Amino acid sequence: MRSANRNQVKNAWLLLLGLVAVLAVAGCGSSDDSDSSSEEVTSIGQTESELNLVAWAGYVEDGSTDPAVDWVSDFEQQTGCQVNVKLGATSDEMVKLMRTGQYDGVSASGDATLRLIDGGDVVPVDMNILSNYKDIDANLKDLPHNTVDGKNYGMPHGFGANVLMYNKDEVKPAPTSWDVVFDPAKASQFKGKVTAYDGPIYIADAALYLKTHQPDLGIENPYELDEEQFNAVIDLLKEQRNAVGEYWSDAAKQISSFANGDSVVGTSWQYQVSALQSEGEPIDAVIPTEGSTGWSDTWMLSSEAKNPNCMLEWMDWIASPKVQAQVSEWFGEAPANLKACQLTENKAHCETFHAGDTEYYDQISFWTTPVTDCGDDRGDVCKDYNDWVQAWTEVKG
Amino acid sequence: MGRRLADFFQGRPRLTVTALLAAPLGWLVIGYLGSLAVMLVASFWHLGELSGEVQQGFSLENYQTLVEEPVYRTIAGRTILVAALVTLTDAVLAFPIAFYMAKVAKPRLRSLLVVAVLLPLWSSYLVKVGAWRLMLSENGAINWALEPFGLSGPGYGTTAVWLVMSYMWLPYMIIPIYAGLERIPDSILTASEDLGARPFRTFRRVVLPLALPAVIAGSIFTFSLTMGDYITPANVSSTQFIGNVVYANFGDNLPLAAAFTTVPIVVMVVYLLVARRFGAFEHV
Repeated sequence: MRSANRNQVKNAWLLLLGLVAVLAVAGCGSSDDSDSSSEEVTSIGQTESELNLVAWAGYVEDGSTDPAVDWVSDFEQQTGCQVNVKLGATSDEMVKLMRTGQYDGVSASGDATLRLIDGGDVVPVDMNILSNYKDIDANLKDLPHNTVDGKNYGMPHGFGANVLMYNKDEVKPAPTSWDVVFDPAKASQFKGKVTAYDGPIYIADAALYLKTHQPDLGIENPYELDEEQFNAVIDLLKEQRNAVGEYWSDAAKQISSFANGDSVVGTSWQYQVSALQSEGEPIDAVIPTEGSTGWSDTWMLSSEAKNPNCMLEWMDWIASPKVQAQVSEWFGEAPANLKACQLTENKAHCETFHAGDTEYYDQISFWTTPVTDCGDDRGDVCKDYNDWVQAWTEVKG
Repeated sequence: MGRRLADFFQGRPRLTVTALLAAPLGWLVIGYLGSLAVMLVASFWHLGELSGEVQQGFSLENYQTLVEEPVYRTIAGRTILVAALVTLTDAVLAFPIAFYMAKVAKPRLRSLLVVAVLLPLWSSYLVKVGAWRLMLSENGAINWALEPFGLSGPGYGTTAVWLVMSYMWLPYMIIPIYAGLERIPDSILTASEDLGARPFRTFRRVVLPLALPAVIAGSIFTFSLTMGDYITPANVSSTQFIGNVVYANFGDNLPLAAAFTTVPIVVMVVYLLVARRFGAFEHV
């Protein structure tokens, strides 16, 4: 009897063991294969009653963050589409969320778009059916990250640079180069208080630095790195690891780190700079002499959208001049629709963020997904995003 | 209808049991064990050379990566080490508390203490991590309290992860030990004393052996919870643990994530087998 009991108990525990192990992976559903239709959408039909979005914080505001900041309520009234938003903290997370098939659309940055397009997660749209597309900054149209094989995959939202943010009381004199975070001699002054972006795409920031400071490597485009260039960049990042106190991927956490003195210098977005300055923190930011990486976002329609017409209406709505003025001022970025420039509260907004400024645009290396094709006569020898992910794991150690 | 069903099952005990257990067992086998099997299968898939898409076919590529790249060994080692440290810390902290609750406190105080131990479990995990994040920050409560002594807190890092995890999982250690100690009759302790054993000897020779299965039962919780967590490390450090690597990979390289997940599974199986030898499951 006792041994039978023991066996039962043993079996029960073995089952429990299975349970514990499986819980760890319960969250990851199987990803669908990418054979869903990628036929171009050419018309808008009757709107549904709901819209589920994946977006960056600050892109879909309904007044709950700040009563004055609201461009969702009017949309809901006019279209009858009830908007639900799921915030994505990183591009990687957004890709994961979109692959669940539960969302109608996404505000995807350039390092996510090609992955979504290749994976069949989003569909092309005939942009002529959206009335505001004609007013979009020509610099943002038909780019490699939002257009594939001549087909447009969505509505440009706006762009911005990854700036060098610093605490004015701690970092003197004011930095003008990324060397404060990459040159070991300079970065060690702020050992443990340097911050860097937590994502494989940050490798491009180090590549951009070496483009200027180690010209013999011959880096042209920080997203097209061959073996030798890639290894040099990774070595630089491993060296930088010693000075980094915290890698950030969540804007709100970075704000608290700078406010509490845990971080004093590192890459950031204008959004965090404005937030900290409005709280009276001694914070400033600069685009260093080497130039900067940056993002350019696009609203894309999911291939599995349950509310495609609401999403198409949203893409047109978010690109309208008034909404563009609101969202670009709130987030701190250049609007995609240049008609917004007359409607911003701060009349200098478009100038500050260089909206429509082609020369400035060319200085920014916009996030894009690295692929094996180097895009030049080197051929298919470049490191792809998967290599970047692996290397990033190694950098963090 | 109900009557006919009752008639049908009348005198067929095996069938009755099968019908009753079908749903929960089906859920367990398909839902839990099934997904575990899918994960193990997925760990042998790999990414296509050019497309970066998952190729379904047998390959040891992921396991090769995990063995050959030193960084994964470092991360696995670090995770196991911190899990062991957290378990040890919790055992040392939990034992006196549980002993007081089970053997010393009056019933009224005892129920109060049980509530106090369980209370943190009622609040959100994220809120607690967030609170620790603030306490550990440069201008946080810990540095403020230590400053008069010329000391400073650990800041964000592996030490912080150890501290926060030890806090998080402490109730999971206290409750099993409390239950185990409560089952030891007071008369045995008195007998030990009557036979001339001093308190420490009684503890070492009588209480500890009897309570050991309970401690090990608690340690299974603290150990496995630490092995799998990625939220605490992501919030109070930039250090990577197994969970963080799994999370970072499961969008683009699910097979590698699946392969790395076998590490905690193997560690837990070994741990449970050892625990069984110590009799952790004798009185469950």
